[in-house]
Amino acid sequence: MDILSNLALGFSVALSPWTLFLAVIGCFLGTIIGALPGLGPSNGVAILIPITFSLGLDATAALVLLTSVYYGAMYGGRISSILLNIPGDEPAMMTTLDGYPMARAGRAGEALVISGVASFVGAFLATVALALVAPYLARIAYRFGPAEYFALYALAFATLGGMTSNNQAKAALASFIGLALALIGLDNNSGFTRFTGGNLHLADGIDFLVAIVGLFAVSEVFFFIESHGRESALGVRLGKLVIPWGEIWSTRWTMLRSSVVGFIAGVLPGAGASLGSFMTYMMEKGIAGEKGGFGTGVAKGVAAPEAGNNAAAGGALVPMLTLGVPGSGTTAVLLAVLMTLNITPGPTLFADRPEVVWGLIAALLIANFVLLLMNVPMVRIFVRVLTVPPAILLPGVTMISFVGIYSLSGSYFDLLLMVGFGVMGYVFRKMDIPTVPVILGILLGYQMENNLRHAMTLSGGDWTYLFSSPIAIGLWVAAILGFVAPMFLRRFLRRPSVAEADRIVD
Amino acid sequence: MTFAFPKVLVASAVIALGIGTQAMATECIAPANPGGGWDFTCRQVGKILYDLKLVDQPVQVTNMAGGGGGLAFNYVVNERNTDPDLIVAASSATTTRLAQKAYGDARADQVRFVGAIGADPGVIVVAADSPYQTLTDLVEAIKADPGSVAFAGGSAAGGFDHMKPLQILKAAGFTDITKVKYIGVDGGADAITQTVGGFTQAMTGDMSEVVGFLKSGDIRVLAVLSEERVPGFEDIPTAREQGYDVVAVNWRGFYVPGGITDEQFNTWADRLRAVADSDEWKKAMADNGLAPFTKVGPDFQNWVNDVIAQTEELSREIGVIQ
Repeated sequence: MDILSNLALGFSVALSPWTLFLAVIGCFLGTIIGALPGLGPSNGVAILIPITFSLGLDATAALVLLTSVYYGAMYGGRISSILLNIPGDEPAMMTTLDGYPMARAGRAGEALVISGVASFVGAFLATVALALVAPYLARIAYRFGPAEYFALYALAFATLGGMTSNNQAKAALASFIGLALALIGLDNNSGFTRFTGGNLHLADGIDFLVAIVGLFAVSEVFFFIESHGRESALGVRLGKLVIPWGEIWSTRWTMLRSSVVGFIAGVLPGAGASLGSFMTYMMEKGIAGEKGGFGTGVAKGVAAPEAGNNAAAGGALVPMLTLGVPGSGTTAVLLAVLMTLNITPGPTLFADRPEVVWGLIAALLIANFVLLLMNVPMVRIFVRVLTVPPAILLPGVTMISFVGIYSLSGSYFDLLLMVGFGVMGYVFRKMDIPTVPVILGILLGYQMENNLRHAMTLSGGDWTYLFSSPIAIGLWVAAILGFVAPMFLRRFLRRPSVAEADRIVD
Repeated sequence: MTFAFPKVLVASAVIALGIGTQAMATECIAPANPGGGWDFTCRQVGKILYDLKLVDQPVQVTNMAGGGGGLAFNYVVNERNTDPDLIVAASSATTTRLAQKAYGDARADQVRFVGAIGADPGVIVVAADSPYQTLTDLVEAIKADPGSVAFAGGSAAGGFDHMKPLQILKAAGFTDITKVKYIGVDGGADAITQTVGGFTQAMTGDMSEVVGFLKSGDIRVLAVLSEERVPGFEDIPTAREQGYDVVAVNWRGFYVPGGITDEQFNTWADRLRAVADSDEWKKAMADNGLAPFTKVGPDFQNWVNDVIAQTEELSREIGVIQ
């Protein structure tokens, strides 16, 4: 079989002691980078680029190291989401919603194990899919024009209202604030800068990592100061680490569904891992219904986003390798690395450089098993980093946040902005306004606006263009259903749901 | 075991910064994050400068991202105006943004453009199944109905990729250029995807962005916007041969602080010429899809002045600047 011989070639490249060693190092560093708030996969990979060059690694070795870091960071992001309620990186944002309640209920160990297994399932299936269908799947990108992308983002926002069950208006307010913040910076369609007040630091827009660290980590510092540490969210203890086989088995369909949806979200350029974890969480929440107890700390609530975002990480490699179009911030950095290594991703890469592509796929498979070992039986090592007393941990988290953000741009302005977001996060949490939609608005707003305006440019201002293809219509129907259905379902499901949810939490 | 991380980071930081931490070393500022074109220019040229013994210590590369290069520009003007040991990576994007006042109050004459040592030629591309066989077919279609062709490119509206088709259309005598449809997407590959997908009818970008798609047979290059046909791609005609006198190349080069002496300026011009002539640079260019394009010293400064004036005029016509 063609694929088996290709895979054999890949393993022959990747299975040397040296590359295995790099994979282990990369996985370890990646997991830590992912777990530390403020340092996500994209800056983790960016930080390591100079190292790969100064070590003089060849193309395969450099790729193995950097993709191990990439996958590792995707795994690691969940650790601080669960233990600290601070997402380690942006795709892990959704994992806070159920992971942290689980940890508070003394089930941190289970949450970590379930999410670790879900990460493995998602990443493993995505890597297999990458190997099997990448060259064909790349064709999907040709089917998505501005109208289709706009409908896709509309779908994400339409389902947002259902995320916080208590107050949809506040969720809507938060997402509009996020969308408004996304307008800051250079307007790609006119070439003018908007809402920057002439400040060059704002000309590139607001980096969502600045927003995420500010809203989650820095606001946590303010809560800590206010309560003198007594009521702080930090300091969750990891109980006895038992592997909850039954619970893992009960999430099997959730993991499989989420892997598929996450992978597809990853394949679409511009959607990426964050959208993957968001959509899978919303989908699973919808399937489980009110009685599923999503948001109160259920196993499916951590399994879905983790399978989703790790599958998306694999999916994002598809357009990067086959078209040279990065599907996420991290793949954009990886793309730059490939170009510097004199490998030009594109439609001919699989044919021109099979040893690189299949070596990479083999390395990803190896990295996945290494990561499963590190993140399930050995998860205590990473947890220990985060379970020191809050009085020590918090200044540490703050420092790492500042260093992490500063390493992005080398600009003090981003630090001020981050503190500003911290204040905003503090006020929002006091007012019970969810902060996740703000991040989502900043994350997707730029692309959403651009695609709408591209659609209008191409059609000469004709709105029906947005509904002109079967894919677009399908996405619009899903968006409308996602927005309207919860309103009706809630009425029917309300009464039994509360009782069920309580029982599960207890 | 938990302490391995800081150790590795420190160790790697030492490795990474080990080259050229001494105060008097020559510095090259790349006004972008590691990995991009400007970063590549700094690192490659910095290495060759030292290999050829044109500088006595390894060149230190500083990444200073922000404002599309504007932060670095303002920093050089305000803090380093007389530093003779500083070069800053630049390209067509730098001059386009200066022409459009995108760097705040900064003006091009606040620094000195010292040399370009390679260029990525502009291209106009259509999908393989497109009805347009030549550049003239495309131009005539736009002349007949400007709404019938939309371009996709990797730069924002008013950016360098947008300017290329506009320059061609002006050379063809078409003046109503505000009618030309253009969408700015995230990079050249994305622009090709939109064009192959049929959402836009043509793509405007750089040669290096289209090579992979050319080999796979997904696209057809209607014209390359260089002075001569590009080595290795001899079957692609230039716009000039087809009767449109347009040369639009994304050059890679440097500016130096505005306050240095003519002598110091000429020293840099000579060094860059030596780099451009070196085998090492020729290999780096070939590996990265760059075509030879060497202009240094006062020659280059004059050429840049012309390009900026031209960009300013076009930008005013399409309304990107007042």
